[in-house]
Amino acid sequence: MHRLLFEGLARNPLTEPRPAMDDAALAQLAGSVQRAARARLGRSLSIREVDAGSCNGCELEIHALNNAFYDLERFGLRFVASPRHADVLLVTGPVTRNMREALERTYQATPDPKWVVAVGDCALDGGIFAGSYAVTGGVSAVLPVDLHIRGCPPRPVDLLRGLLALLSANAKSP
Amino acid sequence: MATLIDMFPEPFSVEAQRPWPRLVVSREAWQQAARELARGEAILFGLWGDTAAVHMAMLHEASGEILVITCECRDGRYPSVAATHPPALRLERAIRSLHGFEPEGLPDPRPWLDLGFWERAHPRASPSPKEEDRGGPSRTPYAFLPVEGESLHQVAVGPVHAGIIEPGHFRFTANGETVVRLEERLGYVHKGIEGLMQGATLARAAKLAARVSGDSTVAHALAFAQAVEAAVAASIPERAIFLRALMAELERLANHLGDIGAICNDASFSIMQAQCGILRERVLRAADACFGHRLMMDQIVPGGIATDLAARGGAELDALLAEIGRLFPSLVSLYDNTTSLQDRTVGTGKVTPELARQYGAGGYVGRASGRSFDARKAPGYAPYDRLAFDVPTLADGDVNARIWIRIREVEQSLSLVDQIMRSLPSGPVRVELDATGDGPREGFGVAEGFRGDILTWVRLGADGLVSRCHLRDPSWFQWPLLEAAIEGNIIADFPLCNKSFNCSYSGHDL
Repeated sequence: MHRLLFEGLARNPLTEPRPAMDDAALAQLAGSVQRAARARLGRSLSIREVDAGSCNGCELEIHALNNAFYDLERFGLRFVASPRHADVLLVTGPVTRNMREALERTYQATPDPKWVVAVGDCALDGGIFAGSYAVTGGVSAVLPVDLHIRGCPPRPVDLLRGLLALLSANAKSP
Repeated sequence: MATLIDMFPEPFSVEAQRPWPRLVVSREAWQQAARELARGEAILFGLWGDTAAVHMAMLHEASGEILVITCECRDGRYPSVAATHPPALRLERAIRSLHGFEPEGLPDPRPWLDLGFWERAHPRASPSPKEEDRGGPSRTPYAFLPVEGESLHQVAVGPVHAGIIEPGHFRFTANGETVVRLEERLGYVHKGIEGLMQGATLARAAKLAARVSGDSTVAHALAFAQAVEAAVAASIPERAIFLRALMAELERLANHLGDIGAICNDASFSIMQAQCGILRERVLRAADACFGHRLMMDQIVPGGIATDLAARGGAELDALLAEIGRLFPSLVSLYDNTTSLQDRTVGTGKVTPELARQYGAGGYVGRASGRSFDARKAPGYAPYDRLAFDVPTLADGDVNARIWIRIREVEQSLSLVDQIMRSLPSGPVRVELDATGDGPREGFGVAEGFRGDILTWVRLGADGLVSRCHLRDPSWFQWPLLEAAIEGNIIADFPLCNKSFNCSYSGHDL
């Protein structure tokens, strides 16, 4: 183990520079972030991830945000274990009927101010699963959504762009 | 037993299903088959509902022979397989909930997958159910198995878990810290994929199959493509066959590397996750460079593959193999030499070889408990007959054994990627499939995903559209074993056991 640790010290970090801002995401967020939020949260956000019926593809890429290349925590963003600790719900999947109630309860358990970020093409409008007897058809059919991050699944760098936009809209709001 | 087909001397009819036959049999023969499964003469490989019948796939493990039998459901009833062979239980509960067929003698008639939130009961019954069947969502509470005894308490976990994982409900009954029973309740991510398949074009159906379980998108797409190609008796270009195997091995590498790190992390050994996470990311980036998608989603399609290997793919893969070959051995010795970590993994979450065999558990769950089945070997599919690889097996059946199987499979997959790249044929990578025909045709595909064997059955209509499709994830036969593995362990070791299984919620719930 010591050798691995020393090697880690000796080489350059793998962590990559922050990606450029996503203007579309900023525009979508413009109205939803308020002064109160800035005052209370500063530049740090806690994220609770909720799988509401995804195929698990989005979860894999959300996981990747924690690896050495993307290192999400350097931006003040971190994943938390309970909605009661969260500022942001990161919701994936087309929202199955079987997950709808659990998602609503998770939202209710999240203290204000809070934001909902829908991740993935099926979270937008049900995507390829739209029309099934078992899905409601996207996160916005169940919760107010502040930001959509598209992709099937979105690349980690796209997730990062979207989340940084949230952070920066939060910081810039008048 | 000579062959499976000898078990049914007088089937009513033999349906033209490729590459294996499907026999329509009597109720008596169906019950006889269930008894043979219970005696261990064959392994239950799949059990699913059709419009007015149920199909059961059986595997003869030694020869890799697969046979499908069909029992017609007169008045919507058929003899339960689970009544004599418990591994069929959840499959039959799901058939009952989705299709409304009544398995006669079913030991546990509680719904499965149907959590009471759908507008109507039996959403896949044929003809289509009427809305007033149930009059909207059902509010009957689910009856968990009763537990009796002093000093027992229950812990309810999920569906929303603490980590970034899929949803499911676990009901623990504990005596102090020791788990005396775990009962799983799944179905939260049921999307109705098999229902969406009905009437889908091949292109749309392939996309749906690729989203059964995101971590196995390549393997599920491969099984689906093989089923379609079998149904229309198409052969695909050699280069596509090799590139499909390349993607499958890259997927296996990425998942195993991620899992090795994640299991150790659940024992609070985070340096392993950090290091394995780097290697996993390198695999995904190489996959992206080769095929244009990190998870290689939608790259395998009926008829071949969507895009040929990128020009710089060979160099990317060489660099990847060199990097993993350089770093992975030191991670293996780190695992092997950290006693505090092994203290958590050795002897934890044991699955006996008997259970693994009875349930036909595939992948590392089966192999860590002495079951060496690998669909790449038997029944086998191209190009693995031309590649050299071993299927590692261990007998301990604990978390440690499931880690070691993954480690050995990483080494095998590295070798396979190298072999594939050195024997990669040139030529086209896709043929246009004409899926139209004189009548319905059925095909079967089996692929070995990182988690185990995937089975896909498809029926194409004369119009070339999918008329019926069943996708059986390996998780169906692994989830029940997790309940057995955790018994007698402490609750705090559940995440460790669960991650060492890493069953798919989405692949199971469908």
